[in-house]
Parts: sequence; structure tokens; C-alpha cells
Amino acid sequence: MSKESSFVPKGLYPFKTKLIITIALMVVTGFYLLSSIKTESFIVHFFVKLPNVFGLVGDFFPPDWSYVNQVWPKLFETLHIAIIATTIAVIISIPFSLLTANNVTTNTWIYQGMRLILNIIRTIPDIILAVVFVGLFGIGAFSGIIALIIFAVGILVKLMSEVIETIDMNQTEAIRASGGNGMQTISFAIVPQVLPQFISFSLYVFEINIRASLVLGLVGAGGIGQLLNTQINFMNYPAVSTIIIIVFAVVVVIDFISGKLREGLV
Amino acid sequence: MSEQLTLPEKPKSKLTLYKRIFIFILIALIYIWTFTSLEIRWDNIFSERTLDNFDRIIPKFFQPAVEETGNILEMMFETLFIAYTGSLAAAIIAVPLAFLCASNMVRNKFLNNIGMWILGGVRAFPEIVLAIIFVAAVGPNPFAGVLAIAIGSTGMLGKLYSEVIESIDMNTIEALEASGANKLQILFYGIFPQVLPEFLSYAIYRFEIDVRASSVLGIVGAGGIGTLITFAYMNRNWEEVGMILLVIIITVTIIDQISGFLRKRLV
Repeated sequence: MSKESSFVPKGLYPFKTKLIITIALMVVTGFYLLSSIKTESFIVHFFVKLPNVFGLVGDFFPPDWSYVNQVWPKLFETLHIAIIATTIAVIISIPFSLLTANNVTTNTWIYQGMRLILNIIRTIPDIILAVVFVGLFGIGAFSGIIALIIFAVGILVKLMSEVIETIDMNQTEAIRASGGNGMQTISFAIVPQVLPQFISFSLYVFEINIRASLVLGLVGAGGIGQLLNTQINFMNYPAVSTIIIIVFAVVVVIDFISGKLREGLV
Repeated sequence: MSEQLTLPEKPKSKLTLYKRIFIFILIALIYIWTFTSLEIRWDNIFSERTLDNFDRIIPKFFQPAVEETGNILEMMFETLFIAYTGSLAAAIIAVPLAFLCASNMVRNKFLNNIGMWILGGVRAFPEIVLAIIFVAAVGPNPFAGVLAIAIGSTGMLGKLYSEVIESIDMNTIEALEASGANKLQILFYGIFPQVLPEFLSYAIYRFEIDVRASSVLGIVGAGGIGTLITFAYMNRNWEEVGMILLVIIITVTIIDQISGFLRKRLV
């Protein structure tokens, strides 16, 4: 008993944990210093530049509300781009997510190939896609729509194939056993199990697309970003802040609506 | 079995039916509005010029400008550094905000809501819009990109962090309180051990996203590989765009793999 009562731990954490944490912290800090030097972005700069930031805020205010009327048409174009792109992406992603789910597509080659293609698509930022399509199709909403479709399919198929992989396979077996063909298996066993998630993800992708389509115009792919780009180049900051406030409001409203809808679904 | 067996009719309340009809009409209206008001110049898109573009541009993607590799890699590293500095700053700024939002830490509904509003407000801005603002404020350099990434990531990380904090086991904290620990001790021995692995995991995940985000910041002048994209694209130098794309794809894939591995080890 005397031995136990005199036992006092040196610390709450074992030595090994402390060592790992210390090394990790040193690596993190080291990288931080390195990148601070490389990007010339020391925290000090922020405080040095603070007057600039405030000065700019002064330029942005008050917003130029007379500019609002020029914003609406482009804003609606942005919404239309997002709506069409999401709709088409949802339709396209259905067969692809079935092909990328390893419990539906049992052929390893197709499954792995699809995954590889999708992984590559997902690594390309939406704006770069837009740059490429603007190069191909010229300036305008069409290029933006195509870019967003590809971008959205990448996200949607990944999310959906993961849901399909977790479904209860007994139901598909039951339908196969009672003589259902491939289409029947999909529509009666798989679709009912994944539909709520599918709609929820579609709304989520719509939110992402709205946000993405707001900036596509920076590279000429239609929507409100084009206005933003022009006004910044003209240094017309009151108009810029009007656009930014409207963008902000739209994103908040759409996120709110879609969030409520998604809550109702899942 | 002469009589056809049928399932009993599904009980359906009138209200859900009306609701569905209403939603259906609403969606139909949105689509009608969309398709009637969007102007796409189809004759421009399906024209000789587009076909020419295809012939001219697509092959060039498959013969990327290898001689530019050194330059592109250097900018890619700058991109990574921007993402890293920004994510790290966000991972730190997000912690106090997350504690403010978590209803089991700050038991004041008003303060919780303020925290939520701050985070939600930040999240509503696309990174590139933030970058535009910061480029105007601090000039066209990587620092503007770092600021944009830092602020942009704080919104999402703060929200995820606060959800983690809200899900912790409060018994540990009660036990610490009962044995006379002060606030700081509770924080270090009760809360941090429970939340740190998930905080780190989310921070790494966010770094993954930030690498992608910071690769386009250069389009508005905030440093990184995006700068090269703009130049290459304006000079119609599609071989270089192809090479940049290749570098981005490879880098992001490698980062995703490493971060996936690290996150698996953590949680």
C-alpha cells in the first residue's frame, strides 16, 4: 500500500506523447516561418498595413445604391447559371454515381477507372475550368454553365457514391431473387434508400454553385463577376461594395432556404 | 387466386399533397423563369470558330509546356505557402470564435448568436471576393492571398470546431470542477484532449481545400500559381495552361493523399 500511495505521476501525459507533440509543433512552426518568408506575409505586415485597410473601407463606404439597377440583370444571370448547371449536373451524376459505387459496379476496372477520373476532375478549381471553357466557347454564360456542370458532377458523384456504398444490400438481393432485372433493382431497392440524401446533396451542390457562379465572371464566364471585375478595374469602389453587399445577401438567403429544406429532408 | 390482390391505399393527408403541389409549381416557375430569361447565343457557340478553337486548343493541352516546369513549380510552392499560412492562421483564429459559439461553453444565447453571425457572415464571401478586397487594401502580393484564405477558412473551421466542442463529454469537466480545477486547468485537461484530434483533422482538411482555393487567387492578383494562369490565358498560351493544370492536378492529389493519411491517423 505504501508504494501505491507514494506514486505520483510525473505528468498527466506520457513522455512519448509529449515528444510527438513537441516535434509536431516545431515542424508546424518551422513551416510557418518558411512560408512567411516565402510569401513575405508576416503578421506584423497586417498591423503595418492596417491604416490601408481602414482607408479602403472608407473608399468602399457608403455603397453607391444608384448602381443597384445595373446589378439585377447580372445577378439573375448568375442564379440562372447555377440553376441550369446544378440541374444538368444532378442528371448526369446519377449514372456516374452508380458506376462509382463498388457495391453496384462490381467490375473493379470500371469502378477504379471512374474513381480516378473523378478524383482528377475534383482537383481542378472551378475558375480554371471556366478559363478553359471560355477559351473554347468564347465569353458568356454558356462557358460558365459547362464549367460548373463539370465541377458539380465531381462533388456530387463522390458524395452520392459514398451513400450508395452504405445502403442495405439485402433489398437488392431480394429483388434479384424474385426476378427483378437491373433497372428494377435500381429503381425499387436503391433509389428509395438514397433519394432523401440525393436531394439534400443536390441542394448543397446548388449552394456551392451559387457561390462559384458569382465569381466565374472574373474570367469572362458570365454572371455578376463580370460587373465586379469591371468596377474594380475602374476603381469604382462604392459600386463594388454595392455588388458585394448584394452577393452577400443572396448567398445568405439561399443558404438559409436550402438549409431549411435540407433539414426537412434528412 | 382469381381475385387480384392489391395493397391497401396509402394514407395520405391532404396537407402533404397541397404542399407537394405547391413545391412542384414553385420549381416549375423557377425553371420557366430561368429558361426564358437566360440569353445564350447559340449561333456563336455552335459555330466554325468554336470548332476551330477545339482543334487549336485541345491538342495543346496534351503537349504541355514542359520547359516552363521550373517556373510553374516555384509558383506552385508559393501557392502552397499561401494556403499553409492562411490555414494555420484560420485554425488559430477559429478556436476562440468556436468557443464563443458553443452553447455548452458560453451559456449566453446572445453571445452564441453573435458568434454564429460572425462565422456565417464570413462564410458567405467566396475567397476570391475576399482576395479582391485585400488586394485593394494591401496591394497585389501573396500577403493579400494569405489574408483572404485566413479569413475565408475561419468561417468554416469555426463552425465545425463549435460543433465538435458541443459534442464533448461534459462529465469530464464536471469531475475536474469538482476536484477544484480552475478554468485554465479545465481547458487544458478537460476540453483540449477531447477536441484537439478533431480540430487538427478539420484543419488539415481545410488545408486541402485551401490549396485548391489559393491556386486561383492569382487571377485577381493575390499571388500564387493563378498569376501564371492569367498570363498564359491572356497570351493564348494553351501549352502553358495545360502544364499548369497538370502541376495543379498532381500537387492537389499528393496533398489529398498525405492529408487523408494524416487525418486517418488522428481520429
